Amino acid sequence: MAHELPYIAAINEAIHLEMARDERVVYFGQNLATTEDDEFVKAFGHDRVRVTPISETAEIGMAVGAALAGLRPVVELYMAEFMLVAMNQVVNEAPRFRYMSGGQVSVPLVLKAGYGFTAGWAGQHTGSIYGMFVGVPGLKVALPATAADAKGLMATAIRDDNPVCFFHHYLLTLEPGEVPDGEYLVPFGQADVRRAGGDVTIVATGWTVGKALAAAESLAGEGIEAEVIDPRTVVPLDLETILSSVQKTGRLVLVDQATRYGSVSALIAADVAEYGFSALKAPIKQVTALDATIPYSEPMEAYLLPDESKILTAVRQVLGSAAVTA
Amino acid sequence: MTEPNADRLIWMYEQMLRIREFEERVKRTFTEHPGVIRGHTHLADGAEASIVGALSTLSDGDQLLTTYRCHGYPLVLGTDPRAMMAEIYGRCDGLCGGYGGSMHLLDPARGFLGTSGIVGQGIPQATGAAYAAQIRKRNQVVLSFFGDGASKQGAFAESLNIASVWKLPIVYVMENNSYNVVTRVEQEDANAAAGEPLAVKAKAFSMPGVTVDGGDPVAVHDTVGAAVARARSGEGPTLVESKIYRLSAHGNIIAPPGVPLHFPEHEAIEVFGAPEEYEAALRGDPVPRFRARLVTDGTLSSEAADRIAGEVRDEMEAAVRFGLDSPFPEAARALDHVYA
Repeated sequence: MAHELPYIAAINEAIHLEMARDERVVYFGQNLATTEDDEFVKAFGHDRVRVTPISETAEIGMAVGAALAGLRPVVELYMAEFMLVAMNQVVNEAPRFRYMSGGQVSVPLVLKAGYGFTAGWAGQHTGSIYGMFVGVPGLKVALPATAADAKGLMATAIRDDNPVCFFHHYLLTLEPGEVPDGEYLVPFGQADVRRAGGDVTIVATGWTVGKALAAAESLAGEGIEAEVIDPRTVVPLDLETILSSVQKTGRLVLVDQATRYGSVSALIAADVAEYGFSALKAPIKQVTALDATIPYSEPMEAYLLPDESKILTAVRQVLGSAAVTA
Repeated sequence: MTEPNADRLIWMYEQMLRIREFEERVKRTFTEHPGVIRGHTHLADGAEASIVGALSTLSDGDQLLTTYRCHGYPLVLGTDPRAMMAEIYGRCDGLCGGYGGSMHLLDPARGFLGTSGIVGQGIPQATGAAYAAQIRKRNQVVLSFFGDGASKQGAFAESLNIASVWKLPIVYVMENNSYNVVTRVEQEDANAAAGEPLAVKAKAFSMPGVTVDGGDPVAVHDTVGAAVARARSGEGPTLVESKIYRLSAHGNIIAPPGVPLHFPEHEAIEVFGAPEEYEAALRGDPVPRFRARLVTDGTLSSEAADRIAGEVRDEMEAAVRFGLDSPFPEAARALDHVYA
């Protein structure tokens, strides 16, 4: 059975279920649970649900220490950019402990942060900065695009014995979706083929998955069948599903809301070029944000971002039906 | 906290000596076995009394996190010095299998949860362990060890603030050795520059702040012991400033491969041209100072003290031999333990 929930509520449902299932799971962060009416406080009490001051280094550092001491903390960080204040704990502490100890300890924690709030939030609250956390051995990175995946990936993140960056997309916050009832886990490293097709492969993450699906629909009207793949987690990355799709289609368009050199698409492009080159019938095309800070004004903001028409152009380019521009 | 009895005092002296002898051998390895120790190594000589005094207050189940200057603590907790030396030599029988090295010892089974090589970053981690202790309700206390330099990091302020608001069972032990690498504490610390003890920082977080002579293990035991008792009874954290003098330089020289590594002279001599400061510190060396005290008050005979010294020397010589004899890890093991 399933029920309909907004994306953000699906995440909360997963945290709630996991806290009920495992008393080692604790949840803390800024502006969280400040009254007795809070659903988490009512269910689990202030020992396990706490408001913190605006102290990201302490919040994340405490999560590391609490994890070393046997808890499984979920840190509410609200915005991915707030993690930048505490980058050392995220990049150079949490994922290092297990390795440096020769496997004696583990650091199971979840850093929950929203990203990509391209709705007039200007330069400092709109970034798609997950690329900064990809390539850090020991860290995992989840980018759910649907309510069901948001629930299932959060539950998996909480049960994972490694530090996980769980990045939810702000523009999807109220997006409703069918969510399986009760315990629901989406495995890490397993891409979802959101639409099957044999002519071109489109890989997209987060909010751009919807853009890719919309583009695929309009391509279908022209007789072009696009396969749309959402990796769901970018660390670990399900390269196998992408490569086998490219084996079939020979053509690859990568869509990513991050700027090109901070994107996951650049990494996937490199891997496909290295491991799937013989299958390619055309150069890979990347549709990423253009290389600038996100501006405040709406037309400028939209100009920088991937959209349906940019995806359509890219698909036509890899199909040889549109001119390739640099 | 009960006063240490004669056996306990002798135990404290023995632990101090074990740290000193271990560190002496680490230091000597640079000259006697060049190339065996790689990278950066930081010694605890001078801090023995502070380390032993603080750890002597702990009970089973208590925990600690420390800085990268981390050799002293596990020795007191009972970690095998042979495994520690093998780790510092990068060998497969090392405490962490050669993955961590000198700066990243740990022994979770004995409550030593880890270190950070980045100044101040272990403080919030210890605070998080104290949060876990608080909600687990098993009466555990956590000690957070860091240096005076770390108190200038945001992590220090953020952590003490939360620990005070949440009344966490933690004692912050600041080992003030008056130097942040080659910067003197008066050059970078507002309290020191104003002639105040660094313990006054506690006032900003509405917790007790105490300064203690870190060269006296019994004084440290009493001061940290009172703070541990306070933490255990649910009254919250304390900041203890333990004043010590590090008898070696901050670390061995930083040099590219090919240049033999060694420990330079202490910064007072090497950088500030103040050998008299260092000589005064040597005259107050806590290890002979504590021995003299125990011998003078009749707790320990000279013969017994010499016998302990001989046993400790043998133990640490064996650690060096074990480390040298231990093979290197298989190279491909470098891909183990990346993920749990």
